[in-house]
Amino acid sequence: MTQTFSIKGLTSLAVLAASTALTLGTPALADKASNTLNVAFAAEPEPLDTYKIAGRQGLILARHIYDGLLYKNLDTGEIVPALAESWEFTGPLTMEFTLRQGVKFHNGADFTADDVVETLNTVITPEYGTRYSISVDWIDSVEKLDDYKVRINMSKPFAGAVEMLADALPIYPHAFFAENGSAGMAATPIGTGPYKLVSQEPGIRYEMERFEGHYEGSPKSGATIDKISVRTIPEMNTQYAELMSGSLDWIWRIPPDQASRLEGRVQIISAPIMRIGYVGFAPEAMAGDTPIADKRVRQALIHATNRGAIVDAFAGGASEVLNTPCNPAQFGCEQDVTAYEYDTEKAKALLAEAGYADGFKMEMVFAAMPRPTAEAVAADLANVGVTLELNEQQYSSGIGKWRAKELPAFFSNWGSYGIGDTAFILSNFFGGGADDLVQDAELATWLTEADTASDRDVRSENYSMAVKKIAEEAYWMPMYNFNVNYGLSNDLNFTPHPDEFARWWGASWR
Amino acid sequence: MLSFISKRLLVALLVCLTVSALSFGLMFVSGDPAIAIAGSGGRAEDAEAIRVAYGFDRPLVVQYLDWIGSALTGNLGQSIYFNVPVTEIIGNRAGVTLTLGFISFLVALVIAVPLGVAAALRPNGWIDRLALVIAVSGQAIPSFWLGLMAIVVFGVWYGWVPISGADTWQGYILPVIVLSYYAIPELMRITRSGMIDVLATDYVRAAKAKGLPMHLVISRHALRNAVLPLVSLSAVQLGQLLSGSIVIESVFALNGLGRLAWESLLRSDLPVVQAIILILSLLYVVLTTLADILNAVLDPRLRGGS
Repeated sequence: MTQTFSIKGLTSLAVLAASTALTLGTPALADKASNTLNVAFAAEPEPLDTYKIAGRQGLILARHIYDGLLYKNLDTGEIVPALAESWEFTGPLTMEFTLRQGVKFHNGADFTADDVVETLNTVITPEYGTRYSISVDWIDSVEKLDDYKVRINMSKPFAGAVEMLADALPIYPHAFFAENGSAGMAATPIGTGPYKLVSQEPGIRYEMERFEGHYEGSPKSGATIDKISVRTIPEMNTQYAELMSGSLDWIWRIPPDQASRLEGRVQIISAPIMRIGYVGFAPEAMAGDTPIADKRVRQALIHATNRGAIVDAFAGGASEVLNTPCNPAQFGCEQDVTAYEYDTEKAKALLAEAGYADGFKMEMVFAAMPRPTAEAVAADLANVGVTLELNEQQYSSGIGKWRAKELPAFFSNWGSYGIGDTAFILSNFFGGGADDLVQDAELATWLTEADTASDRDVRSENYSMAVKKIAEEAYWMPMYNFNVNYGLSNDLNFTPHPDEFARWWGASWR
Repeated sequence: MLSFISKRLLVALLVCLTVSALSFGLMFVSGDPAIAIAGSGGRAEDAEAIRVAYGFDRPLVVQYLDWIGSALTGNLGQSIYFNVPVTEIIGNRAGVTLTLGFISFLVALVIAVPLGVAAALRPNGWIDRLALVIAVSGQAIPSFWLGLMAIVVFGVWYGWVPISGADTWQGYILPVIVLSYYAIPELMRITRSGMIDVLATDYVRAAKAKGLPMHLVISRHALRNAVLPLVSLSAVQLGQLLSGSIVIESVFALNGLGRLAWESLLRSDLPVVQAIILILSLLYVVLTTLADILNAVLDPRLRGGS
């Protein structure tokens, strides 16, 4: 979650109210005439070497510039060819790819097997420092079979391999990359993508132009907008003013209360995303000496929390209460699980049964969640006698405390890297690693099986068992799936996607 | 005079060192930088790799000495977020902040000093009342609110100036107005009170009595004495304008040092944060030292025993 300097409340209200009154009669003039899409982000994009980027802003730009071997069509859920024309598993740990011919990089170089081999073999080395080890640590080596054929040797079974190859691992031009490395790619990004970068002030401004030589048959083909101009404008209120005056066409991550005020003046679209909010309970914290270690207490806490009201009040849009520790949009996220309806009597009974009829006191850290949501949870729990000591912290401090087993409850969110597969959320929290404070051996076994099996049915069966058990044991209180509000020029056609990767190559003017 | 200056410089150096050591320690108190850099999707393994790669696993004192050692040779390290030398980033961003800070300061002085003098000449007159209104509202209105209102009125409604960014000089108009508005009250009030004191002294009465025109009384006799506290305050104000423009830079999307510092703090880009703190504390110290020296030049009584 990125945080920016934002000033909420009265000011926003005043600005919006004033702007409405003042902009009456001045229609928004988008940059339709010059066919330029003007975009603003609140946070600064990172240097444009995809392998080192964590933030969505940089990744979105990178996906316009670079292509991966495969691509996932989110409308159909299908993996489709991109730089690779076809692929197959030739063994349990080997995949072979036939590459597309006639593809050109922005610098005129031809795309061949050398580019795939050089790029992937470089980014898997620990010295390279790829940001998320989970994205490349399953690759052992990449071999060139001929100019348009490569083989990937996997270091371990990994069910997410194909998902990762679908646009998350871009291919760089080998000669340029070998010579200039990560810093060179960031300074002069060269890819095969539908847009090429023509200039940048890193973190501040980026100018892209449609790449006329983008390969035929690309899943990213069909771009109609000539130029994309991206700026960083940290203050959301300034973004609203620019959007309403027509000097911006595309902004996002507008808080729900402000989205409803902007509605009618500009296009507002709310779209659900992979990210979900959760309260993690840690039976392992304080060496087990915590009320949370009792299953009945955990169940009582969920019964006592009016999650429906919290979603309605603070999340809005396309958000809904969840019963699962994963997003229903993800593969393997079983929905037939124990649900805990809002029922304070039941909660009190369960607490009494567990020996806490008079309630207890407990610390809960929340990070990267709006304060009102945490306060609402605390208020609900106070009704059944449980006193939450709320503590807002940076995500890094909060998760550090969680890993140190000093925290019975942690309220935060997880984005699954925008990937629609349960593998990218459950294993981290229940697979036995540092973030797993449940340490349920049965869960870990199921999850390992589900994460590595190549048979989809085996995977979904194992995830189903895991999800059911997590719900039954009440290891998590799942809160809701997030949504993102986009603010668009009235002249713009744009379709958002749940992975939060804006696809401007698919945008057009009305 | 020489020993006065060298004493001041020694104190200045100690202040810089203390600030840098304190800020270095505070940054580690605020959270584990390795986890922060790994980001909200980072697994414990990613954080471990980062901890080793950037040397966060070493004792804090060793890390600090390492950093201050390089800093003394002019090497401020690499930005973790941008992966380029810190000096390069700061070089790119300093221009905006310096331009904004100095222009706002000049604008503030040009408005505050005459207004303060005029107010002092007729206490409780209409100029004095007007000055009081400006001072009170300047201190009371939050800068982000004033900035946003200025954007709505002059950017959105009238369309006279760009709403954000500093691509053209017009982009500086609103930020300079808003920023200088906050420096004006203090400068004006101190000029006014200084002038009122001085105007009541015998030598001013004597100057008036010998028939000197009022503007000469003010410029030759009164202002020179009233200006002493103004010089000290100006140094502090200029330092604040240069280091305290985070809000203004955010509202107007100016990419200066203030915003860089704030964003770098949020993403735990420690080398950048450290460098900016060092530079700003140096700047403060240089400015206040300069003010002390300037005051000593203007007023021999301040030079102490020598």
